[in-house]
Amino acid sequence: MSGTGFGASVPRVEDYRFITGQGRYTDDITLPGQAYAYVLRSSVAHGTLRRIDTSAASSAPGVIGVFTAADLQADQIGNLPCAWHTTNVDGSARFDPPHPVLAGERVRHVGEPIALIVAETLMQARDAAELIECDIDDLPAVATIERAIAPEAPCLWQQAPGNVAFHWRSGDLDATERGFAKAAHIARLDLINNRLVCNPMEPRTATGAFDGGKAEFTLYLSTQTPHIERLLLAKATLRAPESKLRVVSPDVGGGFGTKAQHYPETVLVLWAARRLGRPVHWAADRSEGFVSDRQARDHVTHVELALDAEGKFLALRVDTAANLGAYFSTFGPLICTFLYSSVLCGNYAIPVGCCDVRGIWTNTVPTDAYRGAGRPEAIFVIERIVDQAARDLGIDRAELRRRNLIRSDQLPWKTPFGFEYEPSDYPALLARALELGDYAGFEARRAQSKAQGLLRGIGISCYLEAGGEGPSALYLASGGGVGMFEGATVRVNPSGSVVVLTGTHSHGQGHETTFAQLVCERLGVPIEQVDIVHGDTGRVQYGIGTLGSRSLALGGSAIAMAIDKIIAKGKRIAARVLEASETDVEFQSGRFSIRGTDRGLAFQEVAFLAHAPAAWPCNEIEPGLEEKAFFDPPNFVFPAGAHICEVEIDPETGKTRFTAYAVVDDFGAILNPMIVDGQVHGGLAQGIGQALLEQCVYDPDTAQLLSGSFMDYTMPRADDLPSFTTDYINFPSPNNVLGVKGCGEAGTIASPPAVIGAVLDALAPLGVTDIAMPATPHAVWQAIRAAAQKGLAVPM
Amino acid sequence: MYPFEYLKPADLQSAVKSASASGENKFIAGGMTLLPTLKLRLARPDRLIDLSRITELTGIRVEANRVEIGAMTRHADVARSAELRRALPALAALAGGIGDPLVRNRGTIGGSIANNDPAADYPSALLALAGIVITNQREIAADDFFTGMFSTALKSSEVITQLRFDIPKRAAYAKYPNPASRYAMVGVFVADTATGIRVAVTGAGPCVFRVALFEAALAKRFTPDALEGLSIPADNLNNDLHGSAEYRASLVSVMAKRAVAAALGG
Repeated sequence: MSGTGFGASVPRVEDYRFITGQGRYTDDITLPGQAYAYVLRSSVAHGTLRRIDTSAASSAPGVIGVFTAADLQADQIGNLPCAWHTTNVDGSARFDPPHPVLAGERVRHVGEPIALIVAETLMQARDAAELIECDIDDLPAVATIERAIAPEAPCLWQQAPGNVAFHWRSGDLDATERGFAKAAHIARLDLINNRLVCNPMEPRTATGAFDGGKAEFTLYLSTQTPHIERLLLAKATLRAPESKLRVVSPDVGGGFGTKAQHYPETVLVLWAARRLGRPVHWAADRSEGFVSDRQARDHVTHVELALDAEGKFLALRVDTAANLGAYFSTFGPLICTFLYSSVLCGNYAIPVGCCDVRGIWTNTVPTDAYRGAGRPEAIFVIERIVDQAARDLGIDRAELRRRNLIRSDQLPWKTPFGFEYEPSDYPALLARALELGDYAGFEARRAQSKAQGLLRGIGISCYLEAGGEGPSALYLASGGGVGMFEGATVRVNPSGSVVVLTGTHSHGQGHETTFAQLVCERLGVPIEQVDIVHGDTGRVQYGIGTLGSRSLALGGSAIAMAIDKIIAKGKRIAARVLEASETDVEFQSGRFSIRGTDRGLAFQEVAFLAHAPAAWPCNEIEPGLEEKAFFDPPNFVFPAGAHICEVEIDPETGKTRFTAYAVVDDFGAILNPMIVDGQVHGGLAQGIGQALLEQCVYDPDTAQLLSGSFMDYTMPRADDLPSFTTDYINFPSPNNVLGVKGCGEAGTIASPPAVIGAVLDALAPLGVTDIAMPATPHAVWQAIRAAAQKGLAVPM
Repeated sequence: MYPFEYLKPADLQSAVKSASASGENKFIAGGMTLLPTLKLRLARPDRLIDLSRITELTGIRVEANRVEIGAMTRHADVARSAELRRALPALAALAGGIGDPLVRNRGTIGGSIANNDPAADYPSALLALAGIVITNQREIAADDFFTGMFSTALKSSEVITQLRFDIPKRAAYAKYPNPASRYAMVGVFVADTATGIRVAVTGAGPCVFRVALFEAALAKRFTPDALEGLSIPADNLNNDLHGSAEYRASLVSVMAKRAVAAALGG
């Protein structure tokens, strides 16, 4: 489609400033008199903080202030809150450990903030930090789930024996046991979901300012969720009223979930700005990001799937230990419980299930949301166990899926974990993906590779995602602390240009383009006359922000609803001016007209009249043309689809190369196909990164981070990735105004099992049956060698 | 980064003189290793002596039987030199595979050789080609130059001025990159030289080394098959997050075969 409306691939209007260096990120903003902060972090993973001597640092050149936990306490700065509650399976309350902004008595992970140094320059602050004397008595540390739950393991929190933070359950244990009792076959698998470091291109950055005269704070922050930041500052940490707090998140260079948390540095820059009467700026360098940005995934799971004699799924049992790190992060326990369970049954008609999750404390950086947040972990579990069942029973992987996929006539389908899937057609999505990936012709390609001494494999993944977070009712009933609706204001200026104020935030998603397209479509206004404003609590009334594939489904719906109100008011004005009945006025293609006549007014004329209301009394139609709307969805959206991944492995080096990658998605209505394709590609890059490349590694004995830079942490590069083939079969969502389903996380959710499935298929002739993520060349080589040593290999 | 004094002399003599001043002095060529080290506060030199103004240290000269490359010649210039690509294509190709374009536009051959990073590419070329390191004081044969991890035969105020290579009958470099850093996990340079077949391995161990076993086999028959079944012990090889010593030992054989195939035009 051409034009600028719904369905048009409008080039991103924000790209001009990004690619010409005119983006404005937090670090680009320098306030008059700004001082520079450096955070001294713990270099040990676990220890008792005996003494901190800051005297030498305080008198170092350029130093304005050096602060520790004691200073925060004196000013009654609160601890960092956790916004998600879980109840233990036995009904008891979990223990919520205090999470101080600066460590006071004990440090629990490498990178935990200990002191804040503020100086005239960053160099001076760093120099002074080296003069701080810290006496820390080392305590034994644990980094991995396996070590943390072992008997005699060092304990992080006395009130959480065995390092178990909570034991959460969803589903019906008894019914699940009964399902397993009927099983003709039980497939079993132990899985690890590897820990990841998110690594947004722009490191976390914060600048705090305080206007002493008015006692007002302004915070510039690279965040996905400015209003949530303001709320948590007001309610939990800084404890200043929201009316005195303005949070601005200007251009943000990627969030991926890791910029949606309430971080210590956010509190510190504001508090220090008040203490010192100077704006205070802090920016993480890449090394700091590695030890302080919230990390992700890190599950150990045992999964069992019960099948009848025909290969029908009867019941699912999942037992997961989730590494929480050393503290509850803002949304940490949400990710590994509620969101994890949302799609744990995948796209399959599994009647009963039970999911147990134990949150585990370790001496590592806290874990939280990262693109997909719980759902990649879930889809990995279900897709891997389905592959395993197919292998056990000698049934083709596609065929076993076809037998068990929820049919379109079974939707909406309620899962054993309480989620209700919306209309789609999972068998059609799989069928199209198999066609696009030429599944039928694969064996011929495998033979060609074999002739060259290479191993070819094909992998299948069906997925769906509970996106569009989230329905407030479900969230609040399940452990959430805030409503999850989204708001918008649409303001029409006198000459007809339009400003949209949205509570969502764009940090790469292209909202300035897509949201403007909504306005073009609905009001007939040229795209150049539409401005999208986000990321400023001083301008936008309220919102939650951007995470969980929610911006268009919720934020876009709110915009559409506000536009409807604009049109309704426009009709009243037009009716008045045209001396017609309001019900006879229609609005089409930017024009209000009397039905069946050629009499009418352009949108711009009505906009002007709204601001020049001479023809009617103000108490009948208020002057101005501005409307506000809030949208709270009745349910999640459930984008769905299937991936077919084909790889070729060099058995000599273990290197995996992609030969093809086909994706078919149901995203409901698609607003901008080009941006949707881009979101799918980006998601795939991160999912493939998890499957083949990325691994956050801590030393098991000292809990020191070993993969602490890009020298050791493998970020996906362009030449690691194939060209993707994408297609869509879309079924509009009934759960929002626009019929959209959300596309931001899909690629990341579906790709890891597709890739690992392909790798295992390639290695199957050698007798390899399992491989952990990331399936690095070294890991593949080792798996081949181990199978050969056991004599499992079929000669090539 | 800690503060330091920065000097940028125009001639070699003043550079060497500056290096004898008291305190810790460091020559800086392209800075591709030194600058990150300084930025991470892992080094604290008193003085940096930048060699980039000394024009006599740059340039590529190709003669009938030998190639001379100035120590300050950038990787990008080595990679794109038409003369060198004809005379010693293996070396130009190696240079074109170092780091990324930014690194290749800054990094220098002399800097890489002097730094002797265990995973750098150039040391394998120097060793396999039996190159000569020419300094302001003497000439050092490749076999005597690399003395251990990040260490060389260079003395404190000695500066590499040139690298000299006799043109081999055939040669090739095969690198298996570390997935994260893209440095050589294992890089094997194979050269059929006037003094015999030489095989040098980088990335696998603490310092570049030759493989006599492979050299002997290839001297009999210069084909990939000649290396079939041959491997080096894993004992002293690197073992890290990205690969065990056994994996590296295996890759040495694999990459050596691929280098031989490439040298044969395969």
